[in-house]
Amino acid sequence: MARKKSSGSHREEDRCNDEARRYFLKQSSLLTAIAITPPTILKAVASEWDKKAAEYFEKTPLTIEINGIKHKLSIEARVTLLDLFREQLALPGTKKGCDHGQCGACTVHVDGKRVLSCLTLAVMLEGKKVTTIEGLADSENLHPMQQAFITNDGFQCGYCTPGQIMSAVACIREGHADSDEEIREYMSGNICRCGAYPNIVKAIADVKKGGQKV
Amino acid sequence: MINFQYIKASTPKAAIDALIKDSAAQFIAGGTNLVDLMKKGVTAPEKLIDITNLDLKKIEKQKGKLYIGALALNSEVAEHDLVSKEQPLLSLALKAGASQQIRNMATVGGNMLQRTRCPYFYNTDMPCNKRQPGTGCGALKGFNRMHAIFGASDKCIAVHPSDMCIALMALNATVLITGPKGDRQIPFADFHRLPGDTPQKDNNLERGDLIIGVEIPDNNCNQHVHYLKVRDRTSYAFALVSVAVALDIQNNIIKDIRLAMGGVAHKPWRLKEAENFLKGRTVSEDNFRQAATLAMHGAKGHGYNNFKLKLAPNSIVETLKIATQKA
Repeated sequence: MARKKSSGSHREEDRCNDEARRYFLKQSSLLTAIAITPPTILKAVASEWDKKAAEYFEKTPLTIEINGIKHKLSIEARVTLLDLFREQLALPGTKKGCDHGQCGACTVHVDGKRVLSCLTLAVMLEGKKVTTIEGLADSENLHPMQQAFITNDGFQCGYCTPGQIMSAVACIREGHADSDEEIREYMSGNICRCGAYPNIVKAIADVKKGGQKV
Repeated sequence: MINFQYIKASTPKAAIDALIKDSAAQFIAGGTNLVDLMKKGVTAPEKLIDITNLDLKKIEKQKGKLYIGALALNSEVAEHDLVSKEQPLLSLALKAGASQQIRNMATVGGNMLQRTRCPYFYNTDMPCNKRQPGTGCGALKGFNRMHAIFGASDKCIAVHPSDMCIALMALNATVLITGPKGDRQIPFADFHRLPGDTPQKDNNLERGDLIIGVEIPDNNCNQHVHYLKVRDRTSYAFALVSVAVALDIQNNIIKDIRLAMGGVAHKPWRLKEAENFLKGRTVSEDNFRQAATLAMHGAKGHGYNNFKLKLAPNSIVETLKIATQKA
């Protein structure tokens, strides 16, 4: 696609102006807020008293093993397993698609079973073992399913791929990959907006036929 | 999601005690529906009582019946040898529901307590008598292509979403319950309710009741079974119409038949009239068509779902044809 140089630089200029405006607004509203806030509240805000008190009452201890590493955590009950990975444990491989159990992008294994991490409350997994896409490969080598997705071109944008791969591995382990039809049915919980389905089925059938340990 | 207190119960009694102590508490097991409803703001319990540690996961044969614990996972039940051998209709219905990931989380008890997927129930900006009694029914004159054609009221035309429950309805299951007043049983046909004037009540459980499990009595209808689920895509979608059938056929005569429909009413819809018509008759498409016509007695469309008035009887005939051809 051809793009005019001049229009590109205009956009850049607009962006700078926007940012300057936003910074000014932020700064001025902060000054107004400080001006009208009593000093005791400011002090409380500075030392985060309310936050500390709330944390004490609202957090639940949790011991959980993720990708072979044991974590001792203290989390709010409302934190989903998906948000725990992405927001607190620096494991962004598991993707947030719909966040409502409709797309499968967040699929992980809990005690060997594939589940949706977006609908799982992390506090309910005390003592469980979780595997995410980051824990699938054996040190330096890709897992056979990861390799098969590359070989068979089983993705385009790649956003659903971690969920597809976790689901695909489980699909074979469960014994639900004996025909293309069965693979399609048992992979139906993983939606791919790019429509890479034919190659995803090929990747899974290849790994199944290859007989490698998954 | 609004935060809540979380406790884990170790016995049914502890779970029930904790629930009745707090009017804003709810049980949680698989969470596949509840967590979603909490994210959407449809419900906001102040306390969740985790019951997943309770010893209610058994699937076993008891004298004259199959017992399935309330916390048995949908995937485990669907693939259990006893279930696929003795009550294959239940296996088929479970496999038609949700995805393997969700079936690995969802429990039998939770499946029975699923809320409707009516978009007006889910959208907190819309009127819904089920979510907020007295606000009206958005679906009645709204976008209602998924909605009920049987047993609806002017307060609610939502449908019950489960596949598993359609099979349990056909198989004359019984729901086992324990509660503050002790143990009791509810026949599956009386478990879910029609909306009437109180659509906020999906079922006949009382506050503090805990589902222990379900029992399915033995029958001779496990040779000819089928669960047909008609939906917008081949898999992983809720039913527009579904039909569950189990038959006992001897010398081309229907000795016994169990027939129920999903996606058409506020509860699993048993087709007793059609069953009675077919009992003792021969296996023939003509008889199936007459039974289907009887089954549609009293059906009413609401506009966008008028297509179900044709789809439902055709699905009944198709399901009977497939089931009777199976050996």
